[in-house]
Amino acid sequence: MRRERLFRNLLRLAAWLVGLNVLVISITLFWGASPTLRHFGLGFLWSSHWNPVTDEFGALPFLAGTLATSFLALALSLPLSLSMAILLGEFLRVGWLSNVFKSLVDLIAAVPSVIFGYWGLMVLVPLVREAEMWLMPLGQSVGIEIMPYGVGVLTASLVLAVMIIPNTAAIAREVLELVPRDLKEAAYSFGATRYEVVRSVIVPYARSGIFAGILLSLGRALGETMAVTMVIGNTNEMPANLFAPANTMASVIANELAEATTAIHYSSLVAVGLVLFLVTTVINFIGTYIIKKMTVQA
Amino acid sequence: MVTTAMPQPVRPVRREQQAPAANPPAAPLPETAHVRTDNFSVYYHDHPAVNRVTLTIPAGKVTAIIGPSGCGKSTLLRAINRMNDFVPGARAEGQLWYCGQDVYGPNCDPVELRRRIGMVFQKPNPFPKSIFRNVAWAPKINGYRGDLEELVERSLRQAALWDEVKDKLDRSALALSGGQQQRLCIARAIAMQPDVLLMDEPCSALDPIATAHIEDLIDQLKTQYTVVLVTHNMQQAGRVSDRTAFMYLGELVEVDATDIIFTRPNNPRTQDYITGRFG
Repeated sequence: MRRERLFRNLLRLAAWLVGLNVLVISITLFWGASPTLRHFGLGFLWSSHWNPVTDEFGALPFLAGTLATSFLALALSLPLSLSMAILLGEFLRVGWLSNVFKSLVDLIAAVPSVIFGYWGLMVLVPLVREAEMWLMPLGQSVGIEIMPYGVGVLTASLVLAVMIIPNTAAIAREVLELVPRDLKEAAYSFGATRYEVVRSVIVPYARSGIFAGILLSLGRALGETMAVTMVIGNTNEMPANLFAPANTMASVIANELAEATTAIHYSSLVAVGLVLFLVTTVINFIGTYIIKKMTVQA
Repeated sequence: MVTTAMPQPVRPVRREQQAPAANPPAAPLPETAHVRTDNFSVYYHDHPAVNRVTLTIPAGKVTAIIGPSGCGKSTLLRAINRMNDFVPGARAEGQLWYCGQDVYGPNCDPVELRRRIGMVFQKPNPFPKSIFRNVAWAPKINGYRGDLEELVERSLRQAALWDEVKDKLDRSALALSGGQQQRLCIARAIAMQPDVLLMDEPCSALDPIATAHIEDLIDQLKTQYTVVLVTHNMQQAGRVSDRTAFMYLGELVEVDATDIIFTRPNNPRTQDYITGRFG
């Protein structure tokens, strides 16, 4: 009896510790960010000047960098991940080839992000630089300045696009498998082709689940630090175009936190972290909420 | 998450090439035969679910297929529009003719075939769309060029559902009762303007009143369609069908006019089944 109670209390303690952890992180962020929030107010979000020398801090370049890389990555990866999900969820559900594909997708999720950054540096950066050299005259003729750095928003988006494939692909595949068999049979019995069944029965039915998977991918892209830091060029300015080097919220923190000498610089980096935390939390909540609702219905 | 078993779009079930009767003889179809099988079998892996069945389904009549669970009646029904193509390991042998066309022959396109054969399933399975879009679904994907609204109304009227739903065509089909959903599924199948309607135990999920509705409906439908009805309810077969086929363990035991099957069947096993001695 006593051991029983002890055991239960231990479990409870562990659960509280985990919950408390999140709470402490949030409080720390708010507390650490408060000098900046008091000093700059909400203008911190709108200002595009980030200059540690003059103690001017605005988060807009990083907000822009994070949103640009994440959404571009999403746009680049969706055609691939959704095709993969439809293939594995409908056309190729069983068999060795299906297992190979599933394992490979899972493997992408298992690759440490520093390896992706490394791959980006070694492989993508030279390729992007080549492309930029080639595009430079074209850009000039329409007034867009393209510098062949190789690093920048586009390169970071490409790396992110590959990294987030497994999130969407795995979740979308699972919700596609939830589409009831009798609905598909009905559609096939009316002479629908595979394509028609996928387009007008399966995908509409799984739509909200696919959307949730996309949101979770987005959450991953927004928060990704290491790989992005390695290939984005780390420039504290609003990126002028996709080829320009920039910084994301995550990458500026990783770059500058250890070297922040003034209190307001440090606090501003924490404030950037707070913004990032809020954005990813909201997106993750929406995603998990939709998935939960879907699963209950099914 | 629960994953349901899905129809696996497998390789099409092709008839095993039979001996050198290279060009199947232009089937000596009885004038009124709509679907005919000749020594037709369906195997799941090595197990024959339908075993050498030779059966003629006349046009414009209701043919009921009865028999105990697992006797192969649903498999035979689903063989007619090649729905077994989606079952892994299923394969057909022998011949099945639809309007003189060899359904398992190399020239049959199952997608084309299914467009001419409507199907109603055991469990009402409307799409999670509006009532209107459910009925309009098949005509739309099949490129119907006429007046879609008129077709939807006509189909719903034929399915005896129009008066109940005419004011809420844009509401979700899932809000309808089970019996209404099943009539909607019939309307959806009719809207495709098929000439054969396959019904796979269409009342097994319905209450007696809804069942009576569907049975009335089948009675009216046979003036325009050839109906093949699989049922485990013998009274139902007796009430609505013109001809009844009794299957047992994958084999066709007996087929005849319904009143003969139910009053003086030839085969003692039929006799035993319809009198409830087994099954």
